[in-house]
Amino acid sequence: MAETTVLARAHTTDARGSLITALIFLPPALAVFTVFVILPIGEAAWYGFFNWNGLRVPENFVGFSNFIQLFGNKAFDRAVINNILIIVISLGVQLPLALAMAVLLAERMVGAVAFRMLFFLPYILADVAAGLIWRFMFDGDYGLLSQISQFFGGDPIYLLSDRTWAYSAVLIVIVWKYFGFHMMLYIAGLQSINRDLYEAAAIDGANAWQRFRFITIPGLSPMIRLSVFFSILGSLQFFDMIVALTGGGPLNTTHTMVSFLYYFGITRMRVGFGSAVGVVLFIICIVVAFGYKRIFMKDD
Amino acid sequence: MLKKALAGVGLVFALSAGPVAAEDVTITVLEVNDINQQYWQQMGDNFAAEHPGVKVDVQYLENEAFKAKLPTLLQSDDRPDIIYSWAGGVMEAQIEAGYIKDISDARADLEKTIYEGPLNAYRVNGKQYGIPVELSLVSFYYNKALVEKAGVDMSSIKTWEEFLAAVKQMKDAGVTPIIMAGGEKWPMHFYYSYLLMRVGGPDVLNNAKAGKDGGFTNEAFVEAGQLLKDLTDLDAYQAGWLSLMFPASTGVFGDGKGALDLMGNWLLGGQAANAADGKGLSMDEIGLASFPTVADGMGDGTQTFGGVQGFLVTADAPPEAVEFIKFMSTPEQQKIAAEAGAYVPAVKGTDQYLSNPLLKQVAQTLAASTWHQNFLDQDLGPSVGRVVNDMSVAVAAGEVTPEEAAQAIQDAWDQR
Repeated sequence: MAETTVLARAHTTDARGSLITALIFLPPALAVFTVFVILPIGEAAWYGFFNWNGLRVPENFVGFSNFIQLFGNKAFDRAVINNILIIVISLGVQLPLALAMAVLLAERMVGAVAFRMLFFLPYILADVAAGLIWRFMFDGDYGLLSQISQFFGGDPIYLLSDRTWAYSAVLIVIVWKYFGFHMMLYIAGLQSINRDLYEAAAIDGANAWQRFRFITIPGLSPMIRLSVFFSILGSLQFFDMIVALTGGGPLNTTHTMVSFLYYFGITRMRVGFGSAVGVVLFIICIVVAFGYKRIFMKDD
Repeated sequence: MLKKALAGVGLVFALSAGPVAAEDVTITVLEVNDINQQYWQQMGDNFAAEHPGVKVDVQYLENEAFKAKLPTLLQSDDRPDIIYSWAGGVMEAQIEAGYIKDISDARADLEKTIYEGPLNAYRVNGKQYGIPVELSLVSFYYNKALVEKAGVDMSSIKTWEEFLAAVKQMKDAGVTPIIMAGGEKWPMHFYYSYLLMRVGGPDVLNNAKAGKDGGFTNEAFVEAGQLLKDLTDLDAYQAGWLSLMFPASTGVFGDGKGALDLMGNWLLGGQAANAADGKGLSMDEIGLASFPTVADGMGDGTQTFGGVQGFLVTADAPPEAVEFIKFMSTPEQQKIAAEAGAYVPAVKGTDQYLSNPLLKQVAQTLAASTWHQNFLDQDLGPSVGRVVNDMSVAVAAGEVTPEEAAQAIQDAWDQR
């Protein structure tokens, strides 16, 4: 009897306590979130309907004009394609490469740790630094690529000046820089797969490919879905390296949506137009993130 | 930081206390060239000597950072008293937003020392808002040895046709005719602008802005684009020109890997600093030539293109800031900059102090100029200006036709 009373009392104090805790701790976080996240999003959406240079308050209401200009803009169309290309290259090249390396390096073999480190190192490097280093590598006069070509008797290669191929330079650097990160994800995933399964499969006569296909892939599938998710979001946010590596050039063929926003909105003092780009980007991000989570990650 | 905050507090009190507290005022200046530190130090000290209690605090921000940060800074309480400016459209937007002080009362004093043309670049609707301090001239800098090797005499070139012939001659002699930092676009807009000036004459931009004769789609804009395309068609630039950045391009000039660079006088410092040997070409190895004229064009060869950079006083700046601006524009102070070879001052009678012979030539050309056009990417404002830069490269690269380029500039002007 006494025991239940005590329990009941503990219960009410607990509930009241957590309410008080919530009342004390929630408002600051909520306020910060509202002021720095919700409000700016709303403001950007509002600015998107004005022709505004960022000084004083926006007054020149232009309706959907900014959005109409945006969808007729060649550089923006190219930026959207470039964003999609990042996702394609991530899924088509980076993911298989990372997976293959992970399977190789997850084994306890000599030098595995050293290789893991080596492949992971580019990921630690800042995007801007990576961009500048590779800008030099791709330089037609002094760069490594040109030197190699000339060594074999070819012409110097000015990859970053080539309207058709400059963006492939960006994609190369992306794979170089990020596959190590995805490889680490897979290595972590591999280590959580029960080794007994492999042993049992081997006893049952499964060959290496069958073990990979029916144990490794299903066991890694949550990690693969996560890795693809990171690739897609990474593509949508991709910015710093573009600035350092190509500056969006030549002839605005290597922009992503975010670098387009910066070069065509902020540096041109067209804050209204830039906000419209931001709104479109925000909607794409929301749709992709929630859509992907709902469809592919609902079990995780 | 704390010291600065305290100084700011001091400033607020000084202002609220009225004219009595003229002492202990700090004038904050935001500038983009940190190579001029010594000059600022000396000028600040000189001013403080004449105005006890007034301190000049100069902060530096790199070019692009300055442009990106300034709109926010202007709207904050931390607004500097004096800011760097390129005049033109950006300045007009700042004035329209009410952040810049009308200093028309000082105009009479300023007229005495500053060249009138540049001073008028800081005049909007009949009111004076700032002062020009440094003038820059875009013209052909050439490597004398390479030009000679190709058998070209730059000083004899008068027309665009002769210029194109000289470019061909250089190609035939195995010399890279032109160094082009196409990756940054604005170097290409120098060609487009000069051609436009030579074709359309002094009224071409005012007419376009006013929407006369087809605005920016006027025949002059189209012809300028076509003439620029003619140059590119000769394969006149170094390989990989579409991605070369400006600092690297000055190094290419300094290393003697190309004959001509249509650039502002700041090239002289850059080519030395960015050359492989850290020295570049010496001043007597470099020649200076004006941009040629165009057959049947309305412009003449003495008209110049370049910058009129200077300073603006912001709206709530203390009266001392205006005093300081006047002080800056005296020959005694600008002599310091001229002697240091920092730039060509916009102040009369300072060219005699320029020790660099090429800068002296720049100053003389500017003094003889009948029309000095500000950079188009400043004059037309940031949004239209950058479209001009985009289109200059796009036309040169054959990505768009001259007509399409002119139309794109007109569209940007309409959407401004």
